[in-house]
Order: sequence, then C-alpha cells, then structure tokens
Amino acid sequence: MAEIQQSADSGGKGGKKRAKKMSTKIDMTPMVDLAFLLLTFFMLTTTFAKPKVMQISMPVKPDREEEQNELKASDAFTVLLGENNKIFYYEGLMDPNTKLQPTDYTATGIRQILLQRRASRPSTVVMIKAADKANYKNMVDILDEMTITGQKKYALVDISKEDENLIQKSGL
Amino acid sequence: MVDLAFLLVTFFMLTATPTEDTAVVVDTPSSTSDRQLPDKGVLTITIDKNKRVFFSTESQQVKMQALEKVGAKYGQSFSEKQKKQFALLPDFGLPVQQLGAFLNLPGDQRKQVNQPGIPVDSLNNQLAEWVMTSRNANINVLGSAPYIAIKGDGTADVPTVKNVIKILQEKNLNRFYLITDLENKPVASN
Repeated sequence: MAEIQQSADSGGKGGKKRAKKMSTKIDMTPMVDLAFLLLTFFMLTTTFAKPKVMQISMPVKPDREEEQNELKASDAFTVLLGENNKIFYYEGLMDPNTKLQPTDYTATGIRQILLQRRASRPSTVVMIKAADKANYKNMVDILDEMTITGQKKYALVDISKEDENLIQKSGL
Repeated sequence: MVDLAFLLVTFFMLTATPTEDTAVVVDTPSSTSDRQLPDKGVLTITIDKNKRVFFSTESQQVKMQALEKVGAKYGQSFSEKQKKQFALLPDFGLPVQQLGAFLNLPGDQRKQVNQPGIPVDSLNNQLAEWVMTSRNANINVLGSAPYIAIKGDGTADVPTVKNVIKILQEKNLNRFYLITDLENKPVASN
C-alpha cells in the first residue's frame, strides 16, 4: 500500500537471464500504523496546560489590637458578592445612609468602577465581602479584577449582618 | 512523514505526564494569572461542589510520614502495607478513622467508595493536622516549606472556602495559591 511496486522483470535486450533482483524496500505500513496509533494516544492523554495559580496573601494575625490601623472612611470601598453572580458596591464605610449600587463582573462593570474610583482617589482600599451564597468563582473573579486593575490594597473581609441586610433591602 | 510521526511520538512520550486518577474532579475557575504551579513541594487542598475537602501532596515519603503522625494523634496505627497503599493514593477525603478500612480495599473497589471529605469543623479539625504534619514532613524530606494550594470548584460555596482559609490562617500560614485555569488577559483601560 505504501510503496509502488516497481516492475521486477528486467527483460532487457540480449536475452541474458539475470538473477531476479529482490526489492530492497520493506513494507513499512504496519510500523507507520503503529506510529500513528501511538501518536494519537499520547496526544490525547497528554495534559499540556499545567494549572495556573493565583497568589493571595492574607494578613498576619496581629499580636496586639492597637497595632492595627483604622481605615479612613474616605479610603474605604466595599464590594459585596451576592448569590446568583450578583455584585454590589458602596463607597465609604457602613452607615445608615449607605446606598448599594449594583454592577456586574464584565469588563464594563466593576472594572470601570474600580478604575474610576482609583483615578479619583489613589489610596483606595477595597474590601471584598462575599456572602455565604456566593460561589468560589465569584471570589476568584473579583480577586482577578484586583490584579487586572492594579489595585494593590485589598482585603477579603467577612460579611457583616448589616451588609447582608443591605443586600436584602435593596431587593436586587 | 514517517520521520515526523516518530518525532512527534517521541516528543509526546517524553512530555507526557500521565493524568492522575484523582478521587474527585473539580472544574477550577479561570483567572488571568499566568504564574505556574511549582512542580515540587505542593500541598493541595481540593474543595468540591458538595463542600467536601480533599487533601493531596505528590511526595510519597511526605505522605507516609504524615500518615504516621496523624494516625498516632488520633490513636490509629497503620501497617507497612497500608502506608505503601496510602503513598500511592493521588488524593483522599476521609476521616483518619476510616482510612485504615479504605486502604484495605482492593484498588477497583476503592474507586466506588464515596469519600465524605476530611472533617474541617472546629471540633474535629483533621485538615489542620494533615496540613501541619505534611508541612513538617515536607521540611524534613525536601528541606523547604511547601507551597499550599487551594483547588476549588467554581461552584464551591464561599463558607467552605473561607473556613479552609481560616484554618490555614490560624496556623499562621498566610500565603497560599489558588489554582485556576488560564484566561486571556484583558487590557485594562484607564
């Protein structure tokens, strides 16, 4: 199959009977078949993409309470991750007048808001509070947004009762 | 063409790392991070979508040492054969009390066992034990502290993930990796 049979007879002139030349070519078909079989096997079983990792550093436990700095209300920016891939934010610290703003995870959503916020106030500290019903993907997405927007100061904070009430009240 | 085929075969054979037969399959979320997971000295904590927590590390010696220490702590002893079997496991998600019986099962029956996950509640915090003993064993065997990686399913719930992070923080392990898939890097416009 893989080679074209050349005419073996050397019926030349002179009528001299030559010894029949044996073909020097061997049939490589089975070997090639095997080679391709192995090739497909290894191609399908190889996992090329080594998993990537994202480094996060949590704050070291403070030895003393007074060593912690108070966060200025003007620097604070809170992102709340809700259930069903919802995301909200508010500026400043929690107070009775706080108004929750809805946004989304797309490039035109939270990313633009973070960039705008930082342009107007570079010392912003983002607090990420994930509700219990949010999923892990949301958490990774928002941490990723921090990297994309180059936000250096951010923290994963436990969600408070007030924040949860705020999400509930907003009814979004 | 045949030469090329063989070249490719050799290439794939040499680069192939056989996919391990893990007890749980998780679909990790994607991120733009392009940092690679280190090859050696990684303790992986897997969190699946049913709130189960699994633990794995690749070094067999580390695993055997950790099993001994954790077993001793919970009053379980393991035979040499069980230890060998344990060293070959890619990952596990069982309370240490059930581990002995699990290791006695033949390989094909082991796959059918529905592993409940390692207990992580504050009363019975076996994950912290596994992490700390493996960490110490890793320092003994490989001479360096291991990297700690959390491999969570995209739909894993936040309380479980937070709980795992809290356990690590309580042990003063504040830097760790989240395993993710690669996603194309978007351009952040100002």
